[in-house]
Amino acid sequence: MNPKRCAACKYLRRRCPKDCIFAPYFPPNDPAKFACIHRIYGAGNVSKMLQQLPDQTRAEAVESLCFEAKCRVDDPVYGCVGIIHLLQTQIQNAQNELAKTQAEVAVAQTKVGQTQNSDQFM
Amino acid sequence: MRGHEPRSSSSCAACKLLKRRCTPTCIFAPYFRSSDLITFAKVHKVFGASNVSKLLGEVPEEQRQETVNSLAYEAEVRLKDPVYGCIGAIASLQKKMLELQHDLAVARTRLLAHSGVSNHVSPLDNSPELAAFLDLVPYSDLMLLDGSTSLDAYLYDLGQPPFV
Repeated sequence: MNPKRCAACKYLRRRCPKDCIFAPYFPPNDPAKFACIHRIYGAGNVSKMLQQLPDQTRAEAVESLCFEAKCRVDDPVYGCVGIIHLLQTQIQNAQNELAKTQAEVAVAQTKVGQTQNSDQFM
Repeated sequence: MRGHEPRSSSSCAACKLLKRRCTPTCIFAPYFRSSDLITFAKVHKVFGASNVSKLLGEVPEEQRQETVNSLAYEAEVRLKDPVYGCIGAIASLQKKMLELQHDLAVARTRLLAHSGVSNHVSPLDNSPELAAFLDLVPYSDLMLLDGSTSLDAYLYDLGQPPFV
């Protein structure tokens, strides 16, 4: 067995070929990364997804898949969609707060304007 | 004599796609109706039927519909954006949140300046110098939550999840 098998081939207990599609992104010193992605997507699906992408985008794709897989392991019901939902709620709250504050600013500006006008006629 | 499970009158989308008999105990049947082939096809393409089956088996039954909804959403987004998937959407929302935080800080500082009422002080800032700074510094130059400064590659036009 090649002692320099990538984490994927080690996990799958197979020889790691020179053109292994996983090798550039799953170094042998991080077995948990592949284990997590394999648990959620499966090696075959990940391989197919990577094959359909240009070389220069594969590293980013692997990182995003790993993040989503980890989210799904941590939250099996919502996965990373839970984060999306949370952010949307926070954005809605911030938008409401901003609208309220901007209205208060408008009122305060109006009051200042009225005070200045009444001072002029005194 | 080997028993056999009765044939279901109509296969669910999963069993139709997988070309197998849909049993009354099929784990997919309640969540992938036979008319919903496309949704299952997307979920299967991204996650694989056996992984979905395992995931559903790991969650309580009352949460399985939500699980399927989120898996379908993730699969849809991943197929539209094979590189970034949902991470693109998260980055886009984080950017929006940063813009709002900036606008809110500016608005609060202006309110403080106009009203001079101390109970409107934002926990973030309360100085005219900071207000002037926030007016000059566009949100795009502020550090983003993940430490990056450019999100152009992540922007993704995303609709609402079906269950929000």
